Amino acid sequence: MAMTSSTLEVGLELPELSIPITRTLIVSTAIASRDYQDVHHDHVLAQERGSKDIFMNILTTNGLVGRYVTDWSGPTGHLQEVNIRLGAPNYPGDTMVLTGQVASVEEGDGTSGRATVTVAIRGANGLGDHVTGTVRLTVPMGANS
Amino acid sequence: MPTEFPDHSDALAKLVGEPSGPVELSPEAVNSAMIRHWVEAMGDRNPVYLDREAARAAGYRDVIAPQTMLQAWIMKGLRHTLDLEAARAAGTVASNDANSTMMALFDDEGRTSVVATNCDQSYVRPLYLGDRLLVRSSIEAISDPKQTGLGHGRFATSLMEFFAVSNEVAERGVSAEELVSQAELVGTMRFRILKFRPGTGATAVVAKPPRPRPAITEDNAFYFEGLRAGELRIQHCTDCGTLRHPPLPGCGTCTSLNWDYVVSEGKGELYSMVVNHYPQVPAFDYPLPIGLIELDEGTRLVANLEGDPESWAIGQRATAEIRALDDELSLPFFHHDDTQED
Repeated sequence: MAMTSSTLEVGLELPELSIPITRTLIVSTAIASRDYQDVHHDHVLAQERGSKDIFMNILTTNGLVGRYVTDWSGPTGHLQEVNIRLGAPNYPGDTMVLTGQVASVEEGDGTSGRATVTVAIRGANGLGDHVTGTVRLTVPMGANS
Repeated sequence: MPTEFPDHSDALAKLVGEPSGPVELSPEAVNSAMIRHWVEAMGDRNPVYLDREAARAAGYRDVIAPQTMLQAWIMKGLRHTLDLEAARAAGTVASNDANSTMMALFDDEGRTSVVATNCDQSYVRPLYLGDRLLVRSSIEAISDPKQTGLGHGRFATSLMEFFAVSNEVAERGVSAEELVSQAELVGTMRFRILKFRPGTGATAVVAKPPRPRPAITEDNAFYFEGLRAGELRIQHCTDCGTLRHPPLPGCGTCTSLNWDYVVSEGKGELYSMVVNHYPQVPAFDYPLPIGLIELDEGTRLVANLEGDPESWAIGQRATAEIRALDDELSLPFFHHDDTQED
């Protein structure tokens, strides 16, 4: 069943998503986003630059936040905005736990057949909040709405 | 003494609104190979990025690129990164665009460290296979200097506007600037960084500044000298015997200018109190309870109260402890007098 706006209400919590921060994840996502800065794949150079290890790049944080929300909404959820604030780095060996909550549901005049949903998200790791932010997406309106 | 840095506010203000650099054309059109790398690395199993039927069923006209890939399409890749590193190592980075100018001005202000703080992406329409992206970047805002948790810094916000043209149009050989005029806006991204002075953040300023110094006069010097000697001295009129505090030249009771002092036992009861919340001065801990203590010898004294402000009540017994705050300044702090409880 595709998600529809009639089943959503403000305060609804998204299922938690736990993402193990592996070296494979950090390196493969950095390369997939064409980000070849050494701090994202070479721990020796990362340490020389004052970091304790390699760490996740920002494009990946964006990608994972987007994935978290569409994992929940299903394919009919269409992303409109991803706004993130960055905090503690994601280092290998840590785990980032993504949580989210529906912050608003706007059905507008209904002519588009889609409602705009805002979700507040948080990704916390062992150091604190790696990311906080909001994602806006559209979802189909329910048959009865 | 901290090093003095120049303030480039005027030069920085002129950069706001300027293009960060030239318009860039993405090296490749939106393609399924890059999409596949992305979704596999991200662990994203949404089928709309690779499966046409699934994309149509989900309400798209065709397969789309993951929206969050927006910036990935214009990343310049490994060769560019290596060339840039080699140029840096050789000291031959020659760039005079507004972004490089801004970064150089920040560095000159001593703000050599950088951290990304925000990234806001907004999607006007999905990207489809064959879309060729152009990006136009500009400096949208530069903040005044601010004290942040990381250090003393400035925030700079870049606005990146993403446009799409078909691959055919992109290959007609016209300049990227000219292509933008015929292209469709497909998304925007605001990217905010903080450039800050290393070592000036919250962790660097844990050493508290000293308490403000009292103004020492001929009349009150005995009081502060006494505290340094471990005595709580109270002014005493040698004509009528009245005690007075704070120190004054003359007696309020008999007007005599003759005085000496007595040493108080430092015991009394809480006559009144306030809790200072604002304004906060870094030398003090807050909330800051301040008591008016009625000393057993018979005069009142304003002094620090120890412990939780909520634990104090008017009339409670209090005992002074004289504490050296630094080499120059000692002050009385009153705590609950446990021996007098019940």
